[in-house]
Amino acid sequence: MSSPVMTKEGKVRDLRSKEEIRAERRKGRTGVYLVLPGLLVLVLFFALPVVVLLAMSLYTRPPGAEIGQFVPALQFSNYATVLGAYWPELMRSFGFALIATTLALIIGYPMAYLVAVRLRERKLLQGILLVLLIAPFFSSFILRTQSWKQILADEGFVAQTLKAVGLLASDGHLTATAFAVVAGLTYNFLPFMVLPIYANLERLDTRLLEAAGDLYASPLTTFRKVTLPLSAPGVFAGTLLTFIPAAGDYVNAALLGNNRNTTMIGQVIDSRFFRVIDYPGAAALSFVLMVSILILVTVYIRKFGTKDLM
Amino acid sequence: MKQKLGRWLIPVVGGLAFVYLLVPIAYIFAFSFNDAGRTNLEWRGFTWDNWANPCGAPAVCESLANSIQVGVVATVFATALGTCIAIGLVRYRFRFRNLTDVLIILPLATPEVVLGASLLAQFLNLGWELGYGTIVISHVVFCMSFVIVTVRARVSSLDPRLEEAAADLYASPRTTFWKVTFPLLIPGIVAAALLSFAMSFDDFIITNFNSGNYQTFPKFIYVAATRGIPAQANVIGSAMFLLALIVVIIGQVMAHRKRKALEQAQ
Amino acid sequence: MSTSLASEPTQAGNGRTSEGADLHLNKITKRFAEFHAVQELSLTIPSGTFFALLGPSGCGKSTTLRMIAGLEAPSSGSISIGGQDVTGLPSHQRPVNTVFQSYALFPHMTVLENVAFGLKRKKDRKAMEKARQGLEMVELGHLASRKPAQLSGGQQQRVALARALVNRPQVLLLDEPLGALDMKLRRQMQMELKGIQTEVGLTFIHVTHDQEEAMTMADIVAVMNGGRIEQMGPPRELYELPRTAFVANFLGKSNLMRGVVKASHDGVLDVEVAETEVHVLAERAVTHEGEIVVGVRPEKIHLSRNAGDEPTHSNELSGTVIDASFTGTTTEYLVDVPGVGRIGTFAQNRGEQPADVGDTVYLSWDTSHSFGLAGDEQVAAGVNAT
Repeated sequence: MSSPVMTKEGKVRDLRSKEEIRAERRKGRTGVYLVLPGLLVLVLFFALPVVVLLAMSLYTRPPGAEIGQFVPALQFSNYATVLGAYWPELMRSFGFALIATTLALIIGYPMAYLVAVRLRERKLLQGILLVLLIAPFFSSFILRTQSWKQILADEGFVAQTLKAVGLLASDGHLTATAFAVVAGLTYNFLPFMVLPIYANLERLDTRLLEAAGDLYASPLTTFRKVTLPLSAPGVFAGTLLTFIPAAGDYVNAALLGNNRNTTMIGQVIDSRFFRVIDYPGAAALSFVLMVSILILVTVYIRKFGTKDLM
Repeated sequence: MKQKLGRWLIPVVGGLAFVYLLVPIAYIFAFSFNDAGRTNLEWRGFTWDNWANPCGAPAVCESLANSIQVGVVATVFATALGTCIAIGLVRYRFRFRNLTDVLIILPLATPEVVLGASLLAQFLNLGWELGYGTIVISHVVFCMSFVIVTVRARVSSLDPRLEEAAADLYASPRTTFWKVTFPLLIPGIVAAALLSFAMSFDDFIITNFNSGNYQTFPKFIYVAATRGIPAQANVIGSAMFLLALIVVIIGQVMAHRKRKALEQAQ
Repeated sequence: MSTSLASEPTQAGNGRTSEGADLHLNKITKRFAEFHAVQELSLTIPSGTFFALLGPSGCGKSTTLRMIAGLEAPSSGSISIGGQDVTGLPSHQRPVNTVFQSYALFPHMTVLENVAFGLKRKKDRKAMEKARQGLEMVELGHLASRKPAQLSGGQQQRVALARALVNRPQVLLLDEPLGALDMKLRRQMQMELKGIQTEVGLTFIHVTHDQEEAMTMADIVAVMNGGRIEQMGPPRELYELPRTAFVANFLGKSNLMRGVVKASHDGVLDVEVAETEVHVLAERAVTHEGEIVVGVRPEKIHLSRNAGDEPTHSNELSGTVIDASFTGTTTEYLVDVPGVGRIGTFAQNRGEQPADVGDTVYLSWDTSHSFGLAGDEQVAAGVNAT
């Protein structure tokens, strides 16, 4: 595309011909028409709501008002209040999400590698395993989380066996623990980790692995120096797609946790909204969550990111 | 020895991971045959009754129908709008391009609970009654980003020469789009639509914030979880899983056959 | 450099009446940001000509082609086909078709649907029938219902050709259409392409970086470099009498020597090259005085162990053989001539080996084979261009 060029006298002169300008305008118009409807939806129901949320987080409850009655204000102390009260839940959410993301990566990478590289020649099996990655979405993740709860229940087979071999104390639990919540998070967001890595490894040229082997690299070195760096964009996208929803999730904590030391920030936001009817507090917490994730993601992208991850 | 370990490690770990992924589904499937009565917590004996009468438990089928309806409508809108954006972003240069880019990525980087809460704040602010309409809108918003990302990858990998060739062969821009661009994007659009439906169908958090009294399948199960999920829910969960499996496997087998035929032709 | 075609138009190549149309490019320029891809290019291509645009990658030949096709708008200048100005016309309204380098066959359509695509857009009622005939012409009628992915590279190339040709465009553009084929298939397709052009009599514009391909196929070759046309003419003329060092080196090989014109008599220039005198016909020299670059093609040089071996040759240099490589039909020699540099030549293999490495040899040639280039030319211009 040619563009306006600065002349020696410092004036900007448009060097494009009539035809070039016309062609560019035509393309520009079509592009805007294509994007506008969807963009409108995103502005009205994403950008604007976030602004409304921000405004709401500063609302105040006038003295003597009924429950759920708030007036617009700039009460920044809302933030101090909720952060003071729910700092541990916020930190716990990020901690759980981080552990779950790491576990999902450790479990998910071999899955993706198995399907994308090892089964490359066996298209049918590859296809079926790929389906098995996506199909659980249709059996409802709450139903699956609930089944974990029953599988790991105190009177269940798994807990009893662990107790019998002494891996679990006789009065120990598997459910209603932080372990169960993290396991649930790992489980539920595993496909979000596997699919981007799979999409990346599928394009991996296996001749590169042979070349590395030919150049005296052991399988481990080949993996470290060739496979892993090449699949970095997939790993990058996968970790983000796992970490972000995990940090905000509350279904796992609600179903698999207890109400003492596994509460996550999502649960708090939900109960502030619907039980306590503290809209400003809930909005402030939501906003804190959103901004902290954006900061974390930005730092992460700066540090490891490629621009074309999505 | 080390070589052997490497060869077996991946299939074993990967295979175990698949087992991990499928254990709860096996459990759901098994307990869909439980002669459970009101709560489906422990095994009480085998029965076909639940499968014979999946709508036996009140509200199971109603919430399922609602979820399917929301999923289909939201998917149609999200896919149409998202596909247009994806094509616009890859193929055209225009002024709000960077803004659009940011507005697509941000929903993906926003946890569901924040999306749900902000939409709720917006709906409260507008004074809209929560229900079917607000659910569909919220689902369109979060599904659209996934559609855009999926379709955009497909558009980017489309050889621009094909569109040039069509123009060179007297096809107007409109004809070029419908005869060349669109048919070649169909696999990507179908994949995006399936993903969108799956996300919508399985969504709980955003729905919970914006549905009011409208019941969806995940919402029904979440509420039921506290007092025991009826075995019919397991039937629905298993059936949906099997349906998805069968549909995609048929697709895979057909693609496989076609590939074989192609190889033979060459 | 002026590039208006001097030689006889319309009749080029074949005696049949042509269906094609004259193509005029009038001072077209294409800028990409800071970079000039094509600079003030003026060109007239008479109808029915097989015209080759030859040049290394990045010389602007493909951009020129894309501007003719309407896939790129020129930054300035105008294009007309058959007297009609098409500069502002979008691609789909131009009477031009292209055979793309990567073929660009529509993967979701059958071969027949591909070939019928243009005809259908033109609402031709006999689209399918004509498409079938087109496929027969390239001998692929039996593959009509296949998808492009099921064809070999050569077959795909023919489909792309048929898809463009069935529309009977006034100008057919070929963007390195043989680039992806292996050598043997390439030669075969060159013959076929040339045959088809002779048969249909359309104006073909063929873009290539393969000088041999351009010379065997085209009636007229234009050598492009840096967005400009360096020289244009029939292949033989271009080869025998290059006007720039770039053409001399890019189109075949040349030995170029720097010298100074000492005298001029009877239409012959006496040039001093490294204390020896060589001769150039004045009509074969760009400059007639001062510094000059004298060139001679390797095959015009006679190599001998004895001085004066060819009495009719009035140019002779002596040097030492530094390399001799056997290629089968010939042996190629590299001779170091003091004060001049390395001169390449070759000798036919007729049994005896004329010289070995280290031998002192004499290189001689006829004055009518020398050519003279401007004194400020870079001797190595275009040597390694691809």
